[in-house]
Amino acid sequence: MPKVTIDGHTIEVPEGTTILQAARMIGGDVTPPAMCYYSKLKTSGGYCRTCIVKVTKGSEKDPRPMPKPVASCRTTVMDGMEVQNNSAPDLLEARKGVVEFLLINHPLDCPICDQAGECHLQDLSYENGLSTSRYEFKRREFEKIDIGDKIKLHMTRCILCYRCVKVADQVCDTRVHGVINRGDVAEISTYIEKAVDHDFSGNMIDVCPVGALTDRTFRFKSRVWFTRPMDAHRDCKTCCGRVVLYMSGNEVLRVSARKDQWGEVEDASEGRAGWICNECRFEKKELKDWTVEGPRNIDRHSVISQNQYLEKKNLRIDVSNQKQIEEKAHN
Amino acid sequence: MGRKLLTEHINVPGIRNLETYRRQGGYETLKKALAMKPEDIVEEVKKSGLRGRGGAGFPTGMKWSFLAKPEGVPRYLVCNADESEPGTFKDRYMMERLPHLLIEGMAIGSFALGCRTSYIYIRGELMYVFQILQEAIDEAYAAGLLGKNIMGTGWDFDLHVHCGGGAYICGEETALIESLEGKRGNPRIKPPFPAIRGVWDCPTVVNNVESIMAVVPIVRDGGETYASIGIGKSTGTKLISACGHLKKPGVYEIELGVPVEEFIYSDEYCGGIRNDKKLKAVVAGGSSVPVLPAELILKTAAGEPRLMSYESLAEGGFASGTMLGSGGFIVMDEDTSIVKNLWTFTRFYHHESCGQCSPCREGTGWMEKILHKILDGHGTLSDVDLLWDIQSKIEGKTICPLGDAAAWPVASAIRHFRHEFEEYVRNPQAIRTDHHYYRVNNLSPELA
Ligand SMILES: Cc1cc2nc3c(=O)[nH]c(=O)nc-3n(C[C@H](O)[C@H](O)[C@H](O)COP(=O)(O)O)c2cc1C
Ligand code: SF4
Ligand code: SF4
Ligand code: FES
Repeated sequence: MPKVTIDGHTIEVPEGTTILQAARMIGGDVTPPAMCYYSKLKTSGGYCRTCIVKVTKGSEKDPRPMPKPVASCRTTVMDGMEVQNNSAPDLLEARKGVVEFLLINHPLDCPICDQAGECHLQDLSYENGLSTSRYEFKRREFEKIDIGDKIKLHMTRCILCYRCVKVADQVCDTRVHGVINRGDVAEISTYIEKAVDHDFSGNMIDVCPVGALTDRTFRFKSRVWFTRPMDAHRDCKTCCGRVVLYMSGNEVLRVSARKDQWGEVEDASEGRAGWICNECRFEKKELKDWTVEGPRNIDRHSVISQNQYLEKKNLRIDVSNQKQIEEKAHN
Repeated sequence: MGRKLLTEHINVPGIRNLETYRRQGGYETLKKALAMKPEDIVEEVKKSGLRGRGGAGFPTGMKWSFLAKPEGVPRYLVCNADESEPGTFKDRYMMERLPHLLIEGMAIGSFALGCRTSYIYIRGELMYVFQILQEAIDEAYAAGLLGKNIMGTGWDFDLHVHCGGGAYICGEETALIESLEGKRGNPRIKPPFPAIRGVWDCPTVVNNVESIMAVVPIVRDGGETYASIGIGKSTGTKLISACGHLKKPGVYEIELGVPVEEFIYSDEYCGGIRNDKKLKAVVAGGSSVPVLPAELILKTAAGEPRLMSYESLAEGGFASGTMLGSGGFIVMDEDTSIVKNLWTFTRFYHHESCGQCSPCREGTGWMEKILHKILDGHGTLSDVDLLWDIQSKIEGKTICPLGDAAAWPVASAIRHFRHEFEEYVRNPQAIRTDHHYYRVNNLSPELA
């Protein structure tokens, strides 16, 4: 098994592991941010360039450093490879550049964006961005469109990570949307409005790292940090039925798949990603539809986790007692 | 007179037709090749030292020998005829006059690499060249030079021309492959390289038109004969499309190693600067390569005469050198505004970015806007620094080299002509008086 050293931490990983995956195994600060890579989606990654790292030693066999920063999500580890992420100031400067590029045409409308609080671009710019913008021209704008009866596309916010395209290709059996045009006017589009209609199309919302694809049934209902995320499940014929309910009192405001610390859907069972179906996501908005398991701990940098369950340690939940949970959720 | 290996018969009337082409010895080399062992042909190409003429200058023989050859999997040779780099127009010139030379080269190359089907991917705007090629291919099929049992040797081979949609990015080899497969022309993330997984995930070699054409004289005369032309590792002849403020712009076949000064000023080639103006700057290898001021293009920083070769043009690195690139030789006289020219180039890259990766998608447009602001007379000195910073954050951080191609012209223009940007900022009024402005202010480096 190849050994790789990232910012001084050495780890042995299976053949074919990417630098990013290896860094995630080490965990903590060594892990580069990733906006387009999604381990559950094949051929994802390589687009956004936020995950770039510096390879100071190619491998034991060929110790030459790589001449340019590489996308850690698409570069596989070689035995003896040495990588710098946080320990290379010039790399961090380059990453700042990438973040700036992602932001120059971004509307920065976080105050009215449903994604705020759980947005990867917010986290990214908080950690790697500049506090001011050097861009002084008109920002690019697109019309908002409904790409399905349940999904809103706010293209102006899109960072063209291609994740939703890959969900349509790999999770749904048909794809009716994609990228049209090129360069900085490239856009996600369906050609025909409201064309996206597939049992699993709602997962595009979950993979979207920004507020470009949002749940129309949740639009403007609440800031996410005011909601109470609860793990819940139901017996579903179509999907795994394992979800997170975002609740306010007894009301289920939104349903999403369960996401891990990297923002990717968790496995439902060994090796099977826990994508959820549109019925669970959009139709089951009553508490009685669900068996609630308990509060979900959301460990994110952004505001969603700031006010979560300060009292959690004291919150004794008897999962068998649905009523008690309802009361707690209400409080 | 330099030797002409590719353009020797280009002015023969009717050379576009098969019959005339054959009268000049056409397809004799294919006959010779079909009697050789495929690996011996690859060996000759290796010996010739031929370097890819599409821009990167990668040794063609080596590229061919890297082609994976798994059992039972087809392999493809793809000719890159997407030529869209500003300043480059040699492939078009050759294809419209000598379509059969390309077909012969494709057949020899495909035989050497063991391909049963090959493709010529041609830029969409060149519809009439597409038709010329298609007619030539039809003629070749009718004469038994393509198709089944070619020249009675039992070898079957099909050649198709595919028309692009008119995107510069489809000249990048992996975007070309995507486009050929009928998909959106987005460059692929490498590895895997086309030699392992190219067209329909099969091993593929992508070569420029001129590289493929050069295979014909190489196989005809032998690799060593070809290698005896040129200088050092720049062997053979090269087509240069010379344009801009020249007395005789056009496509020239040169022996690599001709001094740049001779190429610009001699009557055999470009005949000097139009209206006997002074030379200001040259972009030597298509719009993507660094621009050099007159004194650095004629002589290296060390004072040696600069030659038309891969090594000599690159001497001094990017600090004082440039690249031979695709051979698009753009000449600017003393009246040319570098800032305006740079804006034109940057506008092009902004327009042609595929938009996959953030630095190129966002950075190219940003640079264009800043340049426009400077040209409009609203620039500040910090804008010039900002431009420098943006290009440095694009370079080397993108999926494909288009990002670098957009960054290098900006970097080199600021490196060598910073005073001009600053003058635009300090003296916006003067911009409107245009050319006159240069003479009055003695801005041109040669006049200073
Ligand atoms: C943006 C971009 C555009 C390109 N356009 C062309 C082109 O029009 N023609 C070409 O032959 N090579 C072009 N190339 C280079 C090709 O990717 C590839 O290197 C070349 O076709 C290989 O052929 P060669 O080895 O014979 O030079 C381009 C590269 C980039 C990055
Ligand atoms: S809409 Fe969202 S998921 Fe789709 S490409 Fe844009 S940012 Fe990525
Ligand atoms: S560098 Fe530009 S053209 Fe190349 S893949 Fe990235 S966005 Fe596309
Ligand atoms: S996460 Fe690696 S390039 Fe986007």
